[in-house]
Amino acid sequence: MANSKSAYSIAGKKQKNDTHIIVVWVDNEAGVLARVVGLFSGRGYNIESLAVAEVDQKENISRITIVTTGTPQVVDQIKLQLKKLVPVHKVADFKREDKNVIFKEMALFKFVANSEKLIKAFKACKNFNPVVLDETKKSKVIQITALRREIDKMSKNLTKFGLVSVSRTGAVAMTRGSDVFK
Amino acid sequence: MPKLYSGAEIVFKCLEDQGVSHIFGYPGGAVLPIYDELKNFNSIKHILVRHEQGAGHAAEGYARSTGKPGVLLVTSGPGATNAVTALTDAYMDSVPLVCITGQVPTHLIGTDAFQECDTTGITRPCTKHNWLVKDINDLAEIMHKAFEVATTGRPGPVLVDIPKDIQFQKTKYRNYKKVKKLNGKSHDNFSQKNIDDLIGLISKAKKPIFYTGGGVVNSGPKASELLRELVYATGFPITSTLQGLGCFPADDNQFLGMLGMHGTYEANNAMYSCDLMINIGARFDDRITGKIDEFSPKSKKVHIDIDPSSINKNVKVDLAIVGDIKSVLTSTLKTLKKSKKNFSKSNKHQISNWWEKIQKWRSKRSLDYIGSEETIKPQYAIERLYELTKDRDAYITTEVGQHQMWAAQHYKFNKPNRWMTSGGLGTMGYGLPAAVGVQIAHPKKLVVDIAGEASVLMTMQEMSTAVQYNLPIKIFILNNEYMGMVRQWQELLHDKNYSESYTAALPDFVKMAEAYGCVGIRAKSPEELDDKIIEMLNTDRPVIFDCLVDKQENCFPMIPSGKPHNQMLLGPKDQKDKKITGKGRTLV
Repeated sequence: MANSKSAYSIAGKKQKNDTHIIVVWVDNEAGVLARVVGLFSGRGYNIESLAVAEVDQKENISRITIVTTGTPQVVDQIKLQLKKLVPVHKVADFKREDKNVIFKEMALFKFVANSEKLIKAFKACKNFNPVVLDETKKSKVIQITALRREIDKMSKNLTKFGLVSVSRTGAVAMTRGSDVFK
Repeated sequence: MPKLYSGAEIVFKCLEDQGVSHIFGYPGGAVLPIYDELKNFNSIKHILVRHEQGAGHAAEGYARSTGKPGVLLVTSGPGATNAVTALTDAYMDSVPLVCITGQVPTHLIGTDAFQECDTTGITRPCTKHNWLVKDINDLAEIMHKAFEVATTGRPGPVLVDIPKDIQFQKTKYRNYKKVKKLNGKSHDNFSQKNIDDLIGLISKAKKPIFYTGGGVVNSGPKASELLRELVYATGFPITSTLQGLGCFPADDNQFLGMLGMHGTYEANNAMYSCDLMINIGARFDDRITGKIDEFSPKSKKVHIDIDPSSINKNVKVDLAIVGDIKSVLTSTLKTLKKSKKNFSKSNKHQISNWWEKIQKWRSKRSLDYIGSEETIKPQYAIERLYELTKDRDAYITTEVGQHQMWAAQHYKFNKPNRWMTSGGLGTMGYGLPAAVGVQIAHPKKLVVDIAGEASVLMTMQEMSTAVQYNLPIKIFILNNEYMGMVRQWQELLHDKNYSESYTAALPDFVKMAEAYGCVGIRAKSPEELDDKIIEMLNTDRPVIFDCLVDKQENCFPMIPSGKPHNQMLLGPKDQKDKKITGKGRTLV
């Protein structure tokens, strides 16, 4: 009995974790992000990435997109706990595998290399909507939009072309088709 | 030109409009403008505590015993941080509190000013919501919203942080009309189908049990009445959590006593073996469930709760009914009466085997203890206290530890709102200030804090408050010189290594009572106990009662950590008859 001296019960069986994208519409007021993020850290939920910005200036609404992992029970709790927060209007939850939802992340890559490598670097990015934002003889800043794991892979593969710095956003999400999440 | 009011005046205007009659507080630099206005608002009485934690617990006691929100007013910095324990306590036990804190002037926020702290940051995880008022024009709206959030849905604490300059600024105030809004963010969104499903389960069950909690208290006295009606209409057994005690009369035959870690043998075994569990306003807390994987393995579980996030949090349930207990029970009773007349009679046969089984468990008499003629057994002290006070509609508060469990086991509650205890957070030092709050709300009633000598020392300074306001609270200390529950765990789990659980220097509580200007009584032996208790009850002043009890007594029955309900440790009487097997011994 490893934990027999504990005043608390022993952890039960662990269930499988799934990745979910949680979208939260909140009043854009002081401390609201701290409330949402504090709820995650306080209750031991994961945040893999986070994106937040005001989306409706008239109504003063911000949209927070959180990528998280958890068992179905935990993900349920996350949604229910979020809904209890006073400034939260609505909460949407998508599984990463969901075909009806588009997920995108953006990344900025800075390359410092000779021109030959810089050209190769740009070519390597071609599947991910590359945009050159800045260019000098020795360097290039390229913006791409892609899925999380694609960017992970890219940032690994591109080091050979002189990748020196990566800056990336959290994922944002939107449903496909004409339906709007209510 | 309409009249302009200062922020401080608006605070009181709002409190007046919310029907607040008492606030508990402690002045300080950042709330002085509010304190300055106090004299102009006669309908609001301020109770000066001795420590802000005491203000919080007093407000909790006030709220729990009345059903109205408790209000506390404290200063910035240390005033706010001292209130954090009480706010967390209220958050865990769903007690509606409105905490008003002063803050340094807006231009000094963020400069590490004198007595500045990030109050809203610190209290964010222990309140339902909090506000920092940055604009005088928002103040009234925020104040009213604060009351709404605290009292609707699952109740809880809120905090309004008001910088000092805002308290001086002036603006208009529009009188507030209270709109009856019951549920705030959570809604009564159960359907008739839910109720029909519940009735279906009820009529099929052969081994049913009601498992009720603090939600019934929070739903108001009417909910307790409806609960009784439902329990009688079904003939089912009922058990209650610590917080739910009093919703159903403890001396009724259908009541199995409290369940959980120190619950009765019959309640826990019934929970383990039942085929239908109807949870009404409880939250499957880990002190209740024991080992989750083996929690009531064969039952269908119904969960009635106002808070959707309570459902499936710890235990997966088969039928969830989200709503206010009162309205759910009303619909259930209506449907039951319509579809199954005389259900308890027709159903009697179906559950008769179940009741026989329960009677067998009951015959174990798991709350029994070995009496003594030399020393006062703590259980005996509570039993006597109960017998001598049961006709007086007493209000009982407790601290946290063995005495708390003994009180829950041996004091029989028959009405809701009579039992104030810190369950979720387990805050030692809760009971004395809570008793102050209860006595403020019910000046003519008997209020007893069943205490331990270690707990009560944590907030002892509030005796001074009790004396100041002539509050005849009775502090009934079961004094065993140990932090009893700690000692018990050390005895059972840590090879009797009583590390730091003995208090080698305790004050003389009788002299201390006298020093505070109240009355001290000491009972040393069982034969004088009754007389001393009667002396206490006949004293119309605050009393500290130092009851010297058996120092070695443990609180049984007990479910050891990580064990399911059917593996209970019973008291010494049973252990003598039936030794714990070798395996059982290693398990604890």
